[in-house]
Amino acid sequence: MTFGPCCDVAWGIHRDVTLSDGALLIDRRGLETLFQALGSQGYTVIAPTVRDGAIVYDEVDGIEELPAGVTDIQQPGSYRLSTRDDGALFGYAVGPHSWKKYLFRSEAVVFRARLDAERGFVPSEAGEPAATRYAFVGVRACEVAAIEVQDRVFLEGSHRERDYESRRDGAFVIAVQCGEPGGTCFCVSMHTGPRAESGFDLALTELVDAQLHEFVVEVGSARGGAIMASVPSRPAQSRDLGAARAVSDRAASRMGRTMESDGLPQRLAELLEHPQWDDVASRCLSCTNCTLVCPTCFCSSVEDTTDLTGTEAIRTRRWDSCFTLDHSYIHGGSVRASTRDQYRQWLTHKLSTWVDQFGTSGCVGCGRCITWCPVGIDLTAEVAALLAPAD
Amino acid sequence: MNTPEVPRKPSIAVWKFASCDGCQLTLLDCEDDLLAVAGEVELAYFLEAGRASVGGPYDLSIVEGSITTAGDAARIREVRAMSKRLVTIGACATAGGIQALRNFGDVKEFLAIVYAQPQFISTLTDSTPIAAHVPVDFELRGCPITKTQLLEVIGAFLHGRRPNVSPHSVCVECKRAGNVCVTVAHGTPCLGPVTQAGCGALCPSYNRGCYGCFGPMENPNLPSMVQTLRYQGVDDGGVIRMLRTFNAGAPPFRDASEAIEAEARGSEA
Ligand code: SF4
Ligand code: SF4
Ligand code: SF4
Repeated sequence: MTFGPCCDVAWGIHRDVTLSDGALLIDRRGLETLFQALGSQGYTVIAPTVRDGAIVYDEVDGIEELPAGVTDIQQPGSYRLSTRDDGALFGYAVGPHSWKKYLFRSEAVVFRARLDAERGFVPSEAGEPAATRYAFVGVRACEVAAIEVQDRVFLEGSHRERDYESRRDGAFVIAVQCGEPGGTCFCVSMHTGPRAESGFDLALTELVDAQLHEFVVEVGSARGGAIMASVPSRPAQSRDLGAARAVSDRAASRMGRTMESDGLPQRLAELLEHPQWDDVASRCLSCTNCTLVCPTCFCSSVEDTTDLTGTEAIRTRRWDSCFTLDHSYIHGGSVRASTRDQYRQWLTHKLSTWVDQFGTSGCVGCGRCITWCPVGIDLTAEVAALLAPAD
Repeated sequence: MNTPEVPRKPSIAVWKFASCDGCQLTLLDCEDDLLAVAGEVELAYFLEAGRASVGGPYDLSIVEGSITTAGDAARIREVRAMSKRLVTIGACATAGGIQALRNFGDVKEFLAIVYAQPQFISTLTDSTPIAAHVPVDFELRGCPITKTQLLEVIGAFLHGRRPNVSPHSVCVECKRAGNVCVTVAHGTPCLGPVTQAGCGALCPSYNRGCYGCFGPMENPNLPSMVQTLRYQGVDDGGVIRMLRTFNAGAPPFRDASEAIEAEARGSEA
């Protein structure tokens, strides 16, 4: 196994923080027009919205469904909504869902097959390609990075995930530059945020105070530029760009957590027998939540079922996790039969062997696994404990 | 004239022991699918669906209910003896059911309180799952079981394959459904992390915590779950009540609830 000579190479990240020339400025009405333009171009608009006490990603009809004046308070194992008095539309961090919900669906039919007397089971119908073209609004820098990680997994290897590909291809990405990092965020440590520099069609920075409510719009693609032609805007002035930069700087200085990432892949690979794995295993429930909320985790199981007559078969792909026993089941038993082995597999894959496999870390620092772990296990704390010098 | 030989349809018998009938009802609830089942198998013994009963042996016996009397302990041996395959369904048959609450108390005392003439009642001190008495080929969990899983088990039996029934946590189904976690976002106590999937995360989908109807998942960490429930403000009596419902007798749940009691006794002493 090889690691790059310098951490930036090993982590595959190089970000040059400049706000692009040609940025535009729109107000709330402009944002409304942008939503309408996406709708009239045939996109299904998915955006943050409040449901069941959380900010989730769901289909919305207009900007009135965005979480205006809502924010979140996140800690290990805890997520609560709160209010903010500035009426910001994007004044919160990432929630329980990620865009994986739409790109790498939790359940998808791979194909159906019918029993033929001579030829055995013959595929009768491939899984349906996405009929929907999505516009994702409010994609954070860590999420842009996560989508790029999944692209590497699903599109760049020798086998392409067709369902993912059909959904990813047409997707229009509107990033939002973070202003309000959550209590479990650590994108700065992972060099994935808080600013997205590429990987979007448009990127918004929300500028909101008592007098104004505007958005600096960076254009990241030709189709992003084309859609902005139908939205009333004016060129952003250097004052606006400065304000936008200040939003990102402030976010960068208020990260909820940090993680030591220098040389981490190699250092973890040497700690496979550390007693900390037993410690975390005493708390971990093997419930899978960390993996299923993670925007880069891609494990799935493929299940074949037949109807009662045994003539119709369906192959279904479902989200799975390294925390289930079936996931590592081979003839004779599960390879990772203990919670210790499962957690160690998860953490070392994310932060170490992922680099060998795909050239970047499997963690983008979004903090979801920390917030949505029912017992509040915090991978940044686990890493710190693993790396701490023995006393 | 030669008539082609019609292969004999596999025969299925459905048996009831100490239970509420809810799991057998799931089979009747299969509606259209039941017609398909009826087309593929001979329902040789199923009192809930009709009187016609055919004597054994049977290719598949589906057993509901727990063993609570000496008579039933003998009857389940007979059922096993005349069945090629035996599948148990529901919390009663797989863990002893709600009636396993008696295992934590004194049955004689219960009898004296409930019955005017307890001398006429003949019952065992414990309610036990079928697998404690005879070998079982597959245990289908749930209170009640889920219809699609029952059809999957029957289909798997008919085609000689392993049923696709996952022993992982309810959380997997909860996340696949896109639910907001009630524990993390609302502070609602939820047994999902230690409970086996199968219900489709029904309760969390309606913003309720999981009640544990499907019993312990494959590698449950009860000590950590109990800590979490306490942290959420559930007192020890409450935790014991959560663990002692339909699967009170399932060893991981039973051991955890008894450990809390032992701890309380220890701190009193
Ligand atoms: S491992 Fe945790 S912090 Fe890292 S990307 Fe996944 S969910 Fe986010
Ligand atoms: S780390 Fe937390 S979320 Fe992940 S399996 Fe363990 S208890 Fe569940
Ligand atoms: S609501 Fe319950 S079942 Fe669902 S993820 Fe949370 S702990 Fe697990």
